[in-house]
Amino acid sequence: MTHLPYILASYGLATAMALTLSIGAALRLRRDRARLDALERTSAKRTAPSAQAGATP
Amino acid sequence: MNATPTFTARAGGFFHRYANPGRFLKLGARLQPWLTWPAVVLTLVGLGWGLFFSPADWQQGDSVRIMYIHVPAAMLASGGYAGLALCGVLSLVWRHPLADLAAVEIGPVGACITALCLATGSLWGKPMWGTWWVWDARLTSVLVLFFLYLGHIALIRAFDDPQRGYRAAAILALAGAVDLPIIKFSVQWWNTLHQPDSITLTGAPTMSSSMLWPLGLSTLGISLGFAAIVVARTRAAVMESRIRALLSSPRRKGGAA
Repeated sequence: MTHLPYILASYGLATAMALTLSIGAALRLRRDRARLDALERTSAKRTAPSAQAGATP
Repeated sequence: MNATPTFTARAGGFFHRYANPGRFLKLGARLQPWLTWPAVVLTLVGLGWGLFFSPADWQQGDSVRIMYIHVPAAMLASGGYAGLALCGVLSLVWRHPLADLAAVEIGPVGACITALCLATGSLWGKPMWGTWWVWDARLTSVLVLFFLYLGHIALIRAFDDPQRGYRAAAILALAGAVDLPIIKFSVQWWNTLHQPDSITLTGAPTMSSSMLWPLGLSTLGISLGFAAIVVARTRAAVMESRIRALLSSPRRKGGAA
């Protein structure tokens, strides 16, 4: 009896799972970092003029 | 009055040093490449060695090569749940906010690795035992672990108030930890079809070093990969909570109105 299909199925499943989890995590991290950077930039822009206005006597 | 801080307070102080999301994001970003690249290299070397260069077993033939995936997956299935239980303690005792976020992220990764352990076990069992599945103590207790992971994933997201979900899931994680010694000792306590452990902490391994080395490398590599994925997901979860906080801040709401 050949064991090759069982071995290939095991390694294939492991590879598919590893790729799905790692690519999913990397994409999620990249999307969240871009979104957070954009939000922090807009918050900083809003804060800067109001801070200048507050400094005017 | 004794002013010396108790163990709980000192441990709480230690854990809360890393409760700061900004500090965790910096630490996680620095740690990420040190987990990811060794994980990739060690896993490829370990699995490549196991698949192409290690000898076939005299009894099991080539199907023993499934071991280089099955054993690390089995160790991580239990190890991941122990991590979930640790997060449960940190959440219930010290209300550690990162422990809750880590628990949310460990659950799905742990469930996947447990599913891989069960699937590769079946794929190894079919040519060796002539069956995909038996209601053996080891197999059944690992199946229970898989259901515990699924229960945790469902429970932590089941409440409108996330804090209630975190508390309930932490209690489930701690109660479910009783399954870990059952999994470990099932092959000693009951007469099982599953073979006893080949590697123990107290005795010499009953395995040739030509198999032990690739197994060690693949176990280390897959464990680092598990840690890398959990750290990446937890960093993303911290960023998402910051995004939610920024979007719901009064200044932004006022600006939008």
